[in-house]
Amino acid sequence: MSGRVLKSNRPVGIIGYGAYIPRYRLPASEVSRVWEGGKGSGPVKEKAVAGLDEDVITMSIEAARNALARAQMDASLLRAVWVGSESHPYAVKPTGTVVAEAIGAGPSIEAADWEFACKAGTEALVAAISLVGSGMGDYAMAIGMDTAQGKPGDQLEYTAASGGAAYIVGPAENALAVFNGSYSYVTDTPDFWRRANQKYPEHGQRFTGEPAYFKHIVEAGKALMEELGTRAEDYRFAVFHQPNTKFPQRAGQLLGFSDEQIKTGLLAPVIGNTYAGAALVGLSAVLDVAQPGDRILVVSFGSGAGSDAFDWVVTDKIEARRNLAPRTADYIARRTEIDYATYARFRGKIDMG
Amino acid sequence: MSDVVIAGVGQIPVGEHWDVSLRSQATRAVLAAIKDAGGLKPQAMYIGNLLAPTVSHQSNLGALLPDWSNLTGIEGITVEAAGASGGGAFRLGYLAVASGFVDVAIVVGVEKITDVVGPELERAIAESTDYDYELAQGLSLTGQAGLVMQLYLHEYKAPREAFAAFPILAHENAVGNPFAMYRKPINQKAYDSAPMLSEPVNLMDMAPYADGAAAVVLTRRELVPESIRHPLVKVSGSSVSSDTLALHDRTDPLAFDAARLSVEGACRQAGILPQDVDFFELTDSFSIYAVLSLEAAGFAPRGEGWKLGQDGTLRRDGKLPILTMGGFKARGNPLGAAGIYQVVEAALQLRGEAGSNQIPNARRALVQNLGGPASTAVAHVLERVNG
Amino acid sequence: MENPRHWRIRKQRYALVGEVCPHCEAKIFPPRDVCPNCGGEAKTQFNFSGKGTVFSFTVMNDAPAGYEKNLPYAVALVKLEEGPIVTAQLTDLGDQPVQIGMPVEMVTRRIRDDGDEKGIIVYGYKFRPAMSSAQ
Repeated sequence: MSGRVLKSNRPVGIIGYGAYIPRYRLPASEVSRVWEGGKGSGPVKEKAVAGLDEDVITMSIEAARNALARAQMDASLLRAVWVGSESHPYAVKPTGTVVAEAIGAGPSIEAADWEFACKAGTEALVAAISLVGSGMGDYAMAIGMDTAQGKPGDQLEYTAASGGAAYIVGPAENALAVFNGSYSYVTDTPDFWRRANQKYPEHGQRFTGEPAYFKHIVEAGKALMEELGTRAEDYRFAVFHQPNTKFPQRAGQLLGFSDEQIKTGLLAPVIGNTYAGAALVGLSAVLDVAQPGDRILVVSFGSGAGSDAFDWVVTDKIEARRNLAPRTADYIARRTEIDYATYARFRGKIDMG
Repeated sequence: MSDVVIAGVGQIPVGEHWDVSLRSQATRAVLAAIKDAGGLKPQAMYIGNLLAPTVSHQSNLGALLPDWSNLTGIEGITVEAAGASGGGAFRLGYLAVASGFVDVAIVVGVEKITDVVGPELERAIAESTDYDYELAQGLSLTGQAGLVMQLYLHEYKAPREAFAAFPILAHENAVGNPFAMYRKPINQKAYDSAPMLSEPVNLMDMAPYADGAAAVVLTRRELVPESIRHPLVKVSGSSVSSDTLALHDRTDPLAFDAARLSVEGACRQAGILPQDVDFFELTDSFSIYAVLSLEAAGFAPRGEGWKLGQDGTLRRDGKLPILTMGGFKARGNPLGAAGIYQVVEAALQLRGEAGSNQIPNARRALVQNLGGPASTAVAHVLERVNG
Repeated sequence: MENPRHWRIRKQRYALVGEVCPHCEAKIFPPRDVCPNCGGEAKTQFNFSGKGTVFSFTVMNDAPAGYEKNLPYAVALVKLEEGPIVTAQLTDLGDQPVQIGMPVEMVTRRIRDDGDEKGIIVYGYKFRPAMSSAQ
């Protein structure tokens, strides 16, 4: 089957990128203490929690500012500001307009919010690549950001975290990393969902594994590599959607990647699952340290379900520009531990009547 | 220009008047002042009030209050200048009578805080800060005082506990004032253990908001009826200055420039220097503002105003008595009425009617009413009329 | 509902967009019609860097209506690198004590909800410890 891979009409790449991870950390031991008598260990060490005055809009603004700082461009050149998330602050009223206004973009822009569970951010990135790659516009911003929801006491509460990253796509000649192609694999698979007006998602327990996460990630990754004629060893780094520590490790193995290739972009153990932000903040951690010439595979996963796979090659422009904004590791190091009660307050889990 | 004199004063106790409405509070003070003025009939009423439109959902007190005082038909206008509303209304009454356009004016300050309870009240009061740039950030009047006091402590290395002198003095003086809200002395220990409101401002640094109403009748000396027995008090200096509304727009937030200018203006008109007064009714809405007012008026060098609280200077038997009837802290702070309470209290001192709180031989007073952190400052020099 | 009022000043609220006086070069925040420095007409847009230091601060233990959810919170006078002082909440302090002179940087956060949870969310500037010094 040919023509499956999406390629741009003109060469494009990442002009700037920026991460954001909030300051607060809830250790898995706290969730375990409250819900499992301290016996459970949890699938991550701890997760990042947004503060009382943070949401997807505020976090997107900071990531977007970091991306602009690295792009060294005027925000008014952007032709799109797209934000993918499961936790847009409004049901109706775009996140993108507030973010655009705050960073000085617009009014000559596309702005909309994307929803595809945890791959809403990479879906927005595909759209940004399409806009620029077609020549319709020169610069577009795509953001994946979440203040993820997990029902108190549910396994998801160990991991559902806050964070994400912003990307500016533009012409390849000014790119930090050049885009070689993407491939998306999408089916109707009900592994995880949240109905309208519900506060917390439902998930299919073990059904979320093989038929959902692994199936889509592996199919997407395999197809992209086949079409581009690459093999796992051609990549210095691989980043997968990371709902926990083990899933991306195993997905990597299934696609032939070593732990060495995936560990740089595997942040779930220390920040948790940032849903629509997860794959993209993993990529930002990789770009923070990648060398010119390094090839990177990114495969996201969104429940419902689908995966977007991307192939990037880092350019020599990365060296001068990556230090123009805080690195992903800087945000991870900026850490204040909180207990479950503070977490419950921060995330609005206390019934105020 | 013939002297403008205070022909009568009236006040109701300051406190929480759950069962008395805004209009009744004002009416009681108005009737008391008219009675004290020998029944002089006012041609104009100037009203000092801050909160009625927000807290009581009542505007146009200029029609309501004359109406309820059975004075319908007279001129009636409200003056709003935050905590200096009362002082501002007094200034307007003074100008009207001094100009000759009005022969008898009544100035009433009234505040009703107990129409609502909780954060809505805090917010209504905070609306006298810059709504877009201060309140929007969650700041209140207490927060402003916190910012000023923190800066003062940092800048001058003043000992935090020294500020206790001001609430202690206020409470001591309120004991003898039957109209005061808190007539019990407090001590250093109470100050040191007071809960923090807006660091470093604690509960004892802040004057409590309260209900109140006070009124004075102003006329020209030659119009005073023979029947009035009490001594007269004349207004010999009057001045109002404003500063930036937002604290952050001041190059020197500790300067209290408006406070300084208003004192200079009032004293210049009276032909005196500040040190020629027998006592100083200042605004201790927060203890730090009392300190800065002393410095702005020139009674202490910058950064040393707090020292005046340490050596007895400010007590009733000291060189410069302040807060002689309890000040804002212990009489209570009825915001837009506070400036009129100050005038009433000063007038009673000058008339020799301050009871156990009487300053011996008090002939001349400086009265200063501040709105916010001296965003508005109103100063008056009042003198006992000889004869 | 006050959405027109918040909307009107969104640029300055979101990103510290102020003015530079075309006559005397003074940097102005918030934007005004008249330059507070020279009295000339001011209208040239200027983007502040968002870097500054704490000039004074307080910790609020009582809040006006609309701000109770964040109690206790710190409010500071922040002296911006370019000159003006702004009043702003400090956020993300963690366990760090606030000090006069502490370097801070602007972030855009939720300031409050307009009305209850049905109203618009008001976003605006706050300041946090500068990232470089927070590590």
